Amino acid sequence: MQIVLFHLMPYADLDLEAGRKNGTVWVKLPNRHFDPEKGHRLYNRYLDELEYGEQLGFDAVSVNEHHQTAYGLMPSPIVTASALARRTSKCKIAILGSALPLRSHPLTVAEEHAMIDVISGGRLISGFVRGIGAEYHTFGVNPTFSHDRFHEAHDLIVRAWTEPGPFAFQGKHYNVQYVNLWPRPYQKPHPPIWIPSQGSKETIDWASHPDRRYTYLQTFSPAKVVGRYLRMYRDTCKGYGYEAKDSQLGWAVPVYVAETDELARKEAKQHFEAFRNVFVRMPLEMLLPPGYTSRESLKNVMKAKAQMFGDVTIDQALELGLFVCGSPKTVREAFQAYWKEMRFGNLLVLCQFGTLPADLTRKNLELFAREVMPQLKSLN
Amino acid sequence: MTFTDTYVEVDGCRTHLRRGGSGEPLLYLHGASGAPVIMPFMEKLAARFDVLVPEHPGYGLSEEPEWLENIHDVAYFYLDFLKFLNLENVTLVGSSMGGWMALEMAVRDTSRLKSLVLVSPAGVAAPGVQPADIFLMPPEDVIKSLFLDQKLAQARLAEPMTPEALDVALKNRHSTARLAWEPRLHDPFLPKWLHRIDVPVKIIWGAEDRILPVGFVKEFKRLLPHAEVHIVENSGHLPQAEKPDEFVELVCR
Repeated sequence: MQIVLFHLMPYADLDLEAGRKNGTVWVKLPNRHFDPEKGHRLYNRYLDELEYGEQLGFDAVSVNEHHQTAYGLMPSPIVTASALARRTSKCKIAILGSALPLRSHPLTVAEEHAMIDVISGGRLISGFVRGIGAEYHTFGVNPTFSHDRFHEAHDLIVRAWTEPGPFAFQGKHYNVQYVNLWPRPYQKPHPPIWIPSQGSKETIDWASHPDRRYTYLQTFSPAKVVGRYLRMYRDTCKGYGYEAKDSQLGWAVPVYVAETDELARKEAKQHFEAFRNVFVRMPLEMLLPPGYTSRESLKNVMKAKAQMFGDVTIDQALELGLFVCGSPKTVREAFQAYWKEMRFGNLLVLCQFGTLPADLTRKNLELFAREVMPQLKSLN
Repeated sequence: MTFTDTYVEVDGCRTHLRRGGSGEPLLYLHGASGAPVIMPFMEKLAARFDVLVPEHPGYGLSEEPEWLENIHDVAYFYLDFLKFLNLENVTLVGSSMGGWMALEMAVRDTSRLKSLVLVSPAGVAAPGVQPADIFLMPPEDVIKSLFLDQKLAQARLAEPMTPEALDVALKNRHSTARLAWEPRLHDPFLPKWLHRIDVPVKIIWGAEDRILPVGFVKEFKRLLPHAEVHIVENSGHLPQAEKPDEFVELVCR
């Protein structure tokens, strides 16, 4: 199994009370709550944590994209991935992902990812996402065209990476007379493409298609839901007439390891609950603007509203498998059991979440890397 | 006054149409929340007009055609609709989003129109005035913001949300986003062609509108200098619902 160290780079110095009072830290939390000096320290701390990930033996380090929120300070994952490309030398660098429909010109994604791939000597993993619902509010991009724009941008990027230029691209949303990428990507035919998702049949049908076979990542979901979607991916592949490889499946989950189960729970509690109940929280209208999902999915979310939008304690999260936390032995065995059941070839661990401070993050990283990761890497 | 309930197929779109009364034709174009029922003002208008109340493509019981991608598509659809039903001398009444549709139709072709009545219309941006963010507000807050008289809002909120009504609400919301998400509730290229509107225009606005504040009127006056403007006191975004008698009197005047 391949182990990826994933970071969201939250604004951990957030005034949580302000976040709570505002109802969400997305879209409209006034940016006077962001202090650039604290931001300076956080960015450098977080980049150090990811660089340390390489030393600790993670197969990849990973960044992602979110806009106008304290949840994550990476409106451009390109910036952080570029910094990592120069400060690491062995590990892969995963951008999970770039929000294609939010870009007015997808060729900029093709170019920037190609640059990082070339600079890093072929260490880039490219992730493509649509951006979350809130970002359609912040960017003004019409969510009812989100799928269309995603697919068209994807086609343009992959063709730009693989077809000899110059050629013309005529789409509905994007039109380019001369597609002629300089630089071309380092990896052939192009960097691997991963598709992070909160779980959607449409995404699975598309990602698993034999023409693509993209790695599907289920993010921040109860373990049961992860299992359901990973099974759906495998079944869809069978329907297409092939067997999915384990490497086509991944799970992204927050993890905390300490000396004992009790200590782990005690140390993680307030930081995990801040993550789940302040940083993640947003109202339904923000999360799912019209057209972002099918209306059937929207209705299902409305039915589960109380459960999805209420507070979750650390104990409930552990029970649901939203969070994996405990002694090295507990965490190791939990993942071994999950792996036996789901056979995901990629595990993305979020070792800093919410307000988790530097010292605990570092301890978490070290314990996970030394006492959990080796056994998980050997799962095959 | 009874309204007939039928469907017509225009541009491949099966369109739900209610029609009642007699006289010159009056086409009513509803706003973002649709036209699920015949309202008292429609009945009153039917005493003077042949009133047509379609549900727009993408709304209510009408189909959602693939071609429905922007407000211009709706304008061409309704021009075809007038031709299909061979309507002439039409009094075109549009509320909110429907007012925007009426403007988009009229800059293209007024040959079948007698006059325009715009009720708190969307369609243009105005400096210093922002529409309410109807997509970020919870749906019940949108309904409360439609009315000054909260008894009317409460009555609407008390209507049972059947599965069918929920489907229609989500469908309407989707189509409104499709047409008006960005640029939000306006077409930046519309103002430069408004001079083409060569029929009389009345603008009716609720003084207490919390969806499209009455401050928009100033920009409409600038862009349509010949329009008659009527501000309805003690009314929110839907003067036709809050002050039906005054509204009907203004339309017929």
